[in-house]
Amino acid sequence: MSHYYFIPHTKIDQILSYFEGNGYKCLAPRHLEGGISYAPIRKAEDLPWGYVDEQKPGHYQITKTENPQAFGFTVPTASVKPMLFKAKETVWKVKRDDSGKLGFESVVDVEKIAVFGVRPCDLRGIEIQDRVFQHNSYNDIRYSKRRENQFIIAMNCGTSHFNCFCVALGDYPRADKGYDLALTEINSGFVAEIGSDKGRELLLYLEVDAATGAQVEHALNLIDNAAQMQHKQLPPIKEVEAKLMANLEHEAWDDVASRCLSCGSCTNSCPTCFCHTERDIPNVLGTETEHTREWDSCFSIDHSYTHGETYRENPKYRYRQWLTHKFSTWRDQFRTKGCVGCGRCVTWCPVKIDVVDEINTICK
Amino acid sequence: MSTPDKLINFAKRPKIAVHKFSSCDGCQLALINDAVSLLELATIVDIVHFAEAGPLDEFAEVDLAIIEGSVNTHHDVHRIEMVRAKAKYVLSVGACALTGGIQALRNFTDEKELRHWQHDVYPEETEVIIEGDLATAKPISAYVKVDFELPGCPINTGQILRAIRQILFGVEPEKNVDPVCTTCKHAGVTCVMVAKNESCLGPVVADGCDAICPKLGRGCYGCYGPAKYANMDAMIAKLKEMGLSDEQIKHKFHHINSQAITFHGVTARTISQ
Ligand code: SF4
Ligand code: SF4
Ligand code: SF4
Ligand code: SF4
Ligand code: SF4
Repeated sequence: MSHYYFIPHTKIDQILSYFEGNGYKCLAPRHLEGGISYAPIRKAEDLPWGYVDEQKPGHYQITKTENPQAFGFTVPTASVKPMLFKAKETVWKVKRDDSGKLGFESVVDVEKIAVFGVRPCDLRGIEIQDRVFQHNSYNDIRYSKRRENQFIIAMNCGTSHFNCFCVALGDYPRADKGYDLALTEINSGFVAEIGSDKGRELLLYLEVDAATGAQVEHALNLIDNAAQMQHKQLPPIKEVEAKLMANLEHEAWDDVASRCLSCGSCTNSCPTCFCHTERDIPNVLGTETEHTREWDSCFSIDHSYTHGETYRENPKYRYRQWLTHKFSTWRDQFRTKGCVGCGRCVTWCPVKIDVVDEINTICK
Repeated sequence: MSTPDKLINFAKRPKIAVHKFSSCDGCQLALINDAVSLLELATIVDIVHFAEAGPLDEFAEVDLAIIEGSVNTHHDVHRIEMVRAKAKYVLSVGACALTGGIQALRNFTDEKELRHWQHDVYPEETEVIIEGDLATAKPISAYVKVDFELPGCPINTGQILRAIRQILFGVEPEKNVDPVCTTCKHAGVTCVMVAKNESCLGPVVADGCDAICPKLGRGCYGCYGPAKYANMDAMIAKLKEMGLSDEQIKHKFHHINSQAITFHGVTARTISQ
């Protein structure tokens, strides 16, 4: 029996009503305000049919084409990260009553979310953040509950953008694990593989047939084609990890720091960066306060403020922190690499700084 | 004694004054717009002077004087000195008070051109204005010691209420050290500079406005002044690469916060590159 199934485009609405019927809010890439980004979706026609994207260092452009595909673009502007690890959220509130007693209230805001169309790199990003927020000395309840309630339909790549480099990291533009269903879009629908019981139930509900040999071959060819489109090269990752740390005083750090705005757009768009800061927002009377957690970045000057000292006042140390953490010390911390090669840090860097180029300069 | 140490001695029921200098009143509105919070505040402090909202007692002794506007006239100088002498702490708010504001554009002009502007703006009362006029429009800190500053053009309600609350708690108001890009990315905005080739000053401008402009699809103009770290050379190089002329770049920075030290020198920088 074949392990591949075929879901025609005409069944997308059924997938969406399945999610609705099972209490999921479904998010899918949509064409919004000049970008393709995850947003709630109600009907198949909400998908970005025909849209393709062009991504280069500091450049992003989408174009509508005659392409009959809904997923003809590469990666959405943001990854899945904001659905699991929110950019900003209240984690607890505290109130003082008339007798002066403090009452704490934990805030855990969890939605059941189905994501329709997760690229393989972003899937690996989730796996990396699982290690940060779950398989670590502490378990983040908000992240974990959202993960438990998540349904993932992965979408293998049929094309790569100029900044993609999953292949250079030893990965491939095909989902290997961590999904409920994995799809590859071919002409009139998707070749599907099951990754979990949840995924199997959805397929049963859709009453689809097995994919034909030709459909499967077409799908696999498209993935190979996406891999071949990537041109960025890196030394083997273990070598990068060692060389970055052996070159902490390389002159390239000064050079990149002179070009870098320290804007944090790279860390903030990276699917694996997990830094955050906490803040209290008191009411006017000073009787209650909300404790919030929001994303932070090693490009923020205050990120390295500890006991009256700012350790990375010099921008070169901030850039060096980002690159060495992402591509070296991450391994010691989480037993995995810190980058999945999605290229977002390169696309969204307003001044076109390319991590791959910087690594190659330093590791030469 | 540093300012935070002194804050410990803040009165139990503090007196607060809100003063206007040369400005558009927009920052005072940030306080008035949220009337409920202002009334709540009035239950724990005495607001002794706030012309825009009602109470008048200009030179009363206060714990905290909140100042909007820049110093443009001889009369302004006299007033700000009096206010300072009567206030334990001074909190300057808004671009005018912090960096001179829009009116500080006059600092870049000569006498002749300035008279021309003045006749355009005030066709009938120009002589009165010229009499009382100083040669420059300058921030409050150019004349008196300022304890705390809140940037913005205008500041916003949450920002000023938080700052007052923090001062009442006996701590310095929190500063926004990060650039606009931080909030912009947190909000999931598609970067207008990368995706639309719109010039955006966000990478060198302090956060605090909630990235209003990028959310509306346009670049940042710089209301909140320079971010704590602002790589001006890299920013100017980017704007040049986008096709902006030296003159256009200068105008971008000499708009709202022209007297901020970081932005003031842009003319010299564009030429040096
Ligand atoms: S470092 Fe860059 S390419 Fe790697 S995962 Fe993060 S954003 Fe993507
Ligand atoms: S230190 Fe920097 S690179 Fe590392 S996770 Fe934090 S923001 Fe990302
Ligand atoms: S590398 Fe680029 S995106 Fe990252 S902080 Fe520097 S200028 Fe911003
Ligand atoms: S739109 Fe402006 S503020 Fe937003 S990320 Fe881009 S450069 Fe920064
Ligand atoms: S984005 Fe810039 S110009 Fe727009 S309101 Fe904020 S600080 Fe002002």
